[in-house]
Amino acid sequence: MSRPIDKTEPPKATASALEPGPEAGGEPVPADKDTPGRSAVAESAATPSSASLSRGERRGAAPPLLEVRHLHQRFGDVVAVEDVSFAIEKGVCFGLLGPNGAGKSTTIEIIEGIRKPTRGEVLYRGAPRDAGFKRRIGIQFQATALMDFLTVHDTLRTFAAMYPSPRPLKELIAICELEAFLDRDVAKLSGGQRQRCLLALALVNDPEILFLDEPTTGLDPQSRRNLWRLIDEIRAEGRTIVLTTHYMEEAELLCDMLAIIDGGRIIEQGAPAALLEKHYGHTLVTLDRTAWPAGMPFSEPHHFEDDTVVIETRNVPATLSALAASPAALDSLRVKRPTLEDLFIKLTGHRLRE
Amino acid sequence: MNLGIVRALTFARSIGYWRDKGSLMWSFVVPPVLIVCMALAFSGEDPAVFRIGVLTPTAITVPVSEAALAAESRALPEVLQQPFIERIGYPDLETALTRVRHHQLDLMVASNSALAGAGLAENRNGDAGITYWINPGARRGEALEALLAASSDPALTKVAVSGQRVRYVDWVVPGILGMNLMFSGLFGVGYIIVRYRKNGVLKRLSATPVRPVEFLTAQLVSRFMIMLIVAVSVYTAANLTLDLLMLGSYWTLALIAVCGNLALISLALVITARIRSDELAGGLLNLVSLPMLLLSEVWFSLDAVPRWMQQLSQMLPLTHLVQAARKVMVEGASLADVSHHLVILLGIALVCTLTAARIFRWE
Repeated sequence: MSRPIDKTEPPKATASALEPGPEAGGEPVPADKDTPGRSAVAESAATPSSASLSRGERRGAAPPLLEVRHLHQRFGDVVAVEDVSFAIEKGVCFGLLGPNGAGKSTTIEIIEGIRKPTRGEVLYRGAPRDAGFKRRIGIQFQATALMDFLTVHDTLRTFAAMYPSPRPLKELIAICELEAFLDRDVAKLSGGQRQRCLLALALVNDPEILFLDEPTTGLDPQSRRNLWRLIDEIRAEGRTIVLTTHYMEEAELLCDMLAIIDGGRIIEQGAPAALLEKHYGHTLVTLDRTAWPAGMPFSEPHHFEDDTVVIETRNVPATLSALAASPAALDSLRVKRPTLEDLFIKLTGHRLRE
Repeated sequence: MNLGIVRALTFARSIGYWRDKGSLMWSFVVPPVLIVCMALAFSGEDPAVFRIGVLTPTAITVPVSEAALAAESRALPEVLQQPFIERIGYPDLETALTRVRHHQLDLMVASNSALAGAGLAENRNGDAGITYWINPGARRGEALEALLAASSDPALTKVAVSGQRVRYVDWVVPGILGMNLMFSGLFGVGYIIVRYRKNGVLKRLSATPVRPVEFLTAQLVSRFMIMLIVAVSVYTAANLTLDLLMLGSYWTLALIAVCGNLALISLALVITARIRSDELAGGLLNLVSLPMLLLSEVWFSLDAVPRWMQQLSQMLPLTHLVQAARKVMVEGASLADVSHHLVILLGIALVCTLTAARIFRWE
């Protein structure tokens, strides 16, 4: 899927390049982001500025569309969300990225007003949300059944009747591509059809803000791409979107701004490209270990990971020339840019999907 | 309350009920099957036990205490004190005579002293005399009469009380219809709400401007309409095949069905206002429905059960539904005669619905 996504201006990150963690190098995802390598002072980011508001860019302007301040949520002894703060500007696609159980759903539900936080506040246009907030938002929950024995069309009509000025159903049906299964029982939809139906329901009131809780979890790759395209079209209408996901691919593709969340805390936030630039100034060049003659001298920094040799470079042509001149076999050579997954592993020490 | 929302949700749920052929079938099939079984099982003679009523004017409580009944029974001819005759005390002669008219009592007897005690002295024929009321044509009454005549101790006065025989099936149909309203009201509405809470439908609705009272009203109205259709259909079918006794007004009967239906559904709303476990819901609904099944005179009269059981029975909505319907059908009661039942049923409906809306939780 090649499609230009207009990223909002990334915050001016204090670029700090660091050594990747020893296990850096997740799946080799070809990165298409423009992240100029840049050398900078190394500063340990193993304990990043968690939960602190890094919103230095915005000063004196109108309040953000949504602002979350110091949210805490405990369930008995379990702390699900701990001191989470961030702001979401109008028209932005904001992603909460984190592994299962990180507190993403809890956080998004607090913002939606479905859940009351133990502490903290949520501001809409700089003020507490009023009763009308529910009419301005659209929500797609992670796991929602629909009413028994209704068709897609029945369900849409029922939800449309709940709002004073719903969007014409024809439009919704066209946007979410529901024509083919409009008269099917909602219980008999495939995963992708179901998500599109739920997306249409979330859009039924023509919402200003759209909340999507793991919209593509459990979908096959085609359905997932299809849904990404729909979400991107919806975003192009000028809507603000808040979504949670544990797919980096999804976050990189859809989100202008990200908050990476783990164990109930925000461990890093910013634009995806800026985050990568901040934490990685270099590119990784890898070779199979068997291609590397034992004890081969090599001047650039490198290390061994399982069966792989990993070279960190800020000058790929130079590294490749050096390798070409060396006795190493280059059949298994790979050049890869660090991804959000690499970043996540670096920040948390564990993988996103675990 | 936004009526547009209520209408949309009611419509949605009604379609759901209608398309759910599996459970709809139960509503339509079970009651007729039960009615037919009852009609067949009790179409012959009643069990070989005689039942007589004994006037006990001194007793003020119903049912009449053992002691009061025993005291009055001693004045009766010995033949009526045999163990194969079940004696039931009635402080009020009219109530007892209704039972005789309907063949629910084989004979009603009163000693003259009891009649005097009840202020009904005109039947006197000597202090030791006995007056009995019999339904001409009731064979078991005639058998008892023959026994009495053969014993011939005291002076006997015979009074004929005639009336249409109330078959057991006539008596039990209001009970079965009421039971059907109860089960489909309680479980049909209760399980849906709990399931919707469990699978996230309610959570999704909570993200819309829908308020609990709107959602609950829609559940109540949709179930109400379906059940009214079921009740009318089943009654009509039973009437066509069994020629049911109907002495009162159909409009009064319909009004009773409306009020009873509302009361039972609202009971389900309040029971399931917060819980999200199927098992707990099933337990609670059974806890409420089984006592009603046993104590609301669905299957048998509570004339002869202990007083506390009768009092408990009066607290159950199904009792009022069934008693009112039965009075209209087999006793020809008017709207005014059953109005207290209707007031109680509507009161239950109102209190339960408002409470449910107040304590309701989407999650």
